[in-house]
Amino acid sequence: MVMATSLRRCGRRLVSSVFNNREFSTTFQGNKAIQQQHEQLQETGKSLNLCSAINQALHIALETDPRSYVFGEDVSFGGVFRCTTGLAEKFGKKRVFNTPLCEQGIVGFGIGLAAMDNRAIAEIQFADYIFPAFDQIVNEAAKFRYRSGNQFNCGGLTIRTPYGAVGHGGHYHSQSPEAFFCHVPGIKVVVPRSPREAKGLLLSCIRDTNPVIFFEPKWLYRLAVEEVPEHDYMLPLSEAEVIREGSDITLVGWGAQLSIMEQACFDAEKEGISCELIDLKTLIPWDKETVEASVRKTGKLLISHEAPVTGGFGAEISASIVERCFLRLEAPVARICGLDTPFPLVFEPFYVPTKNKVNSCYGNLTLDGKWVICWWCLDADSGCDQSNSKLLVRDW
Amino acid sequence: MALSHLKSSSSGSNFLRPLATAFSLRRPISTSTDPLTIETSIPFTTHRCDPPSRTVDTSPQELLSFFRDMATMRRMEIAADSLYKAKLIRGFCHLYDGQEAVAVGMEAAITKKDSIITAYRDHCTFLGRGGTLLEIFSELMGRQGGCSSGKGGSMHFYKKNSGFYGGHGIVGAQVPLGCGLAFAHKYNKDDAVAFALYGDGAANQGQLFEALNISALWDLPIILVCENNHYGMGTAEWRAAKSPAYYKRGDYVPGLKVDGMDAFAVKQACKFAKEHALKSGPIILEMDTYRYHGHSMSDPGSTYRTRDEISGVRQERDPIERIRKLIVTHDLATEKELKDIEKEVRKQVDEAIAQAKESPMPEPSELFTNVYAKGMGVEAYGADRKEVRAVLP
Repeated sequence: MVMATSLRRCGRRLVSSVFNNREFSTTFQGNKAIQQQHEQLQETGKSLNLCSAINQALHIALETDPRSYVFGEDVSFGGVFRCTTGLAEKFGKKRVFNTPLCEQGIVGFGIGLAAMDNRAIAEIQFADYIFPAFDQIVNEAAKFRYRSGNQFNCGGLTIRTPYGAVGHGGHYHSQSPEAFFCHVPGIKVVVPRSPREAKGLLLSCIRDTNPVIFFEPKWLYRLAVEEVPEHDYMLPLSEAEVIREGSDITLVGWGAQLSIMEQACFDAEKEGISCELIDLKTLIPWDKETVEASVRKTGKLLISHEAPVTGGFGAEISASIVERCFLRLEAPVARICGLDTPFPLVFEPFYVPTKNKVNSCYGNLTLDGKWVICWWCLDADSGCDQSNSKLLVRDW
Repeated sequence: MALSHLKSSSSGSNFLRPLATAFSLRRPISTSTDPLTIETSIPFTTHRCDPPSRTVDTSPQELLSFFRDMATMRRMEIAADSLYKAKLIRGFCHLYDGQEAVAVGMEAAITKKDSIITAYRDHCTFLGRGGTLLEIFSELMGRQGGCSSGKGGSMHFYKKNSGFYGGHGIVGAQVPLGCGLAFAHKYNKDDAVAFALYGDGAANQGQLFEALNISALWDLPIILVCENNHYGMGTAEWRAAKSPAYYKRGDYVPGLKVDGMDAFAVKQACKFAKEHALKSGPIILEMDTYRYHGHSMSDPGSTYRTRDEISGVRQERDPIERIRKLIVTHDLATEKELKDIEKEVRKQVDEAIAQAKESPMPEPSELFTNVYAKGMGVEAYGADRKEVRAVLP
C-alpha cells in the first residue's frame, strides 16, 4: 500500500518534471503502469489533491466538534490557497472567520480560545509570516501548561501554515522555519507528505491535547494527488513511517522533500544502491526508535531538508543517531539541505537540495567509501547550465 | 504667458479656464514655472491638528510633470502585469496602479534628503525617488542591472543615494524601522524627516502601535503614511478594523485624512506634515486611495469587490484623469499633446523592458554574497564538513 502510494507520487513527480520542475498547479497526467499498479491496491476513496484533503479534514473537524473554529487571514473566502473553501458557507461566519493582518494577534487569540477547551484552528498565511507570532508560540502557547502547574493549557490550538519552496516564491514566500519551533518543548511540529497523510495527520493535530504547528507543503497543494479515504480517520503523531525499505543507506526527510528523496532512491536503485526512506512526519517529539532501527540495519544515514543546513532539524537527528548508533555507523551522517544563505529569488535551483545533490552524496559514499563534494553538482533539470556550475565552483 | 495667477480662494472658480487662454489658440505645451494655484478636491479631515490650506501652489511645469510621471507609473505597472503573465517576472509582484498620486504628490513636497521606507508595493515609490525604468524592469526580472542587483525582486527595491530604504516584505514590519530613520535624522540635525508607508491592512499590526508610541514619546520627525486602498489583501477595511479612520488611530498622534487620488492634496499634506514633524513630532497621513489591480498577481481582485466599484473609481477619481482635466482646463496642453506624452511614455517603457531583457542574470556566486559583510562570509562545506571548505565571498 505504502509502496504503491510512493510509487505513484514518484511517477507524478517524474511526469511533472517534464513540464516544469517546481510549479504550483501541474496536474498529474499519470504513468499508466504505475497507475494500474496503484489501482489494484487502492482503498475506497476519492482522488484528491493535498489542498482538498486539508479542506476535507477541516470540514470533518468542524462537523465532529461543535467547539472548533477556523480563523486566519482571508480564510472565510477560502484562503489564498483555497484550503478553507466552503467552510464559512457551511459552518457560518461565527465559526469560520477572517482576522485582520496580525499574526501575533491571531496566535494569541487562538491560545485564549483553546484555553477555554475549544479547538482553535488558526491559519498563518505563509510560514514566512509566522515570526511576528513567534513570541506567542514560544512563550505563551508552549509553556502554558507547564507554568500553570497543569491548571491551564492550549492543547486545542493547531496552527496551520504553508511552508517551503514553490519555484519562484522569493525571500518571503518560500522559507521552511520548522527548526525554530523544534527548539521549543511544549509544542508539536508536524509536516505531512501527501494528501492522505495530510488529512489523517491534520485531524490528529486538531484533536491532540497539545498545541501543534502543522506545516503544509504548499508546493504539493495541487501537485500531489492521491486516493484519500472519505471517512474520518486519524494518523498517529510521533510515529515515523518507513515508506521504502532498503539495506544500504537510510534516508530521513519530511514533507515535500520526500518526493525529491524518493526520486533519488529510484535513481540510486539503478546504480545498485538500496535506500531505505523514512518519513519522520512529526518533528517533535520525534520517533527516534524507527530511525535508529533503520540505521542499525543500514549503517548509514542521510538527512535532507529545505531549510538551511546549519541549525536545521537534520542536525538534531544526526546528533541523536550518532549517540545511539555510533559504533554501527559506517560513515559520517550526511545532511543534504538548503544552503546557509537567505532563500534566494533567482537562484532557487542552486539553493534547494535537489535529487542530484542527494544522489551524488550517497553515490560517492557507497562506491568510494568516503564523502566528497556534492552541494555544487547541479541538476540537469534545474534550469542552470553547465557554464553556471563552473562559475559557481570558480570561487573556491 | 498664457496663464494668469489664480488668486481666487473661493472654490469652484479654479477650474474655470483663465481668460488669457482665449487669445492663444495654438501654442506649445507650457513648461512655465510661473506660480499657479490649485484647490484640492475635498477638504482635509483632521485629528488633533488644524488643517492645511486647500489652496496648493504649483506651476504649469509641475502639473505636466505630474502627468508624465503618473502616466509612466501606470504604464510601467501594466507592463509588469504582462511580463508576470509571460513568466518573465517570477516571485510575488504587487502593483501600484491607481495609487500613483501618493508617490508623485509626496515626492513633490519633500527632498531626497528625507527618507522613505515602504512595504512591498514599492515600484512607483522607487521611481518617484529617481529610480529608472531600466533598473525597475531589470530588478523585476531578476537581472544584474536591477536596483538590488537582481537579488531582491519586485518586493525589494532600494535606492540609498536618495534615501529610499526600500521595499519590505512582511506586513507592517517597516514602520518601526522608520522610527529609527527619524531618530537618526533628528540626532544628525539635518532638518529631514522619515516617511514610513504602510497599508490599511498593516494598520492593524501591533508593530504599528509600538512605532507610534516610540515616535511620539521621543518626538521623532516621522510621518506615518497610511496608504488606505480599502482592502488588506482580500479583506475590506471595515471587516478588519474596528475603526477604519486610520488618521485617528494614533490617538495622541495628530492625523490628517487626505484624498490620495489627488496629487495636489497629497503634496499639500506632505508639506504640512513635514513642517509639523520637524517642529513637534509624528503625524499620521491617511491617504484615501485605490488599487485597480488585485493584491498581488495571484489575486484577480474581483472576488471581494464589484467590478462596478472599480470602474466607478476609475471614472470618478482616477488620479491621472484628474491631472489631465486640470491641464486641459488651464490650457497648458491639448488632449492630443497629452496623448502624445502617453505614447512617448509607452515607448520609454517598452525600450526599458527590451534593455532589461538584455541584462544578464546575476553571477551564480552572488547566491552567497551579502549574507554577511565581506570577509565575514559563510563557510561552505562539503557534505562531510571537511573535504571542501571555503569562505564564501
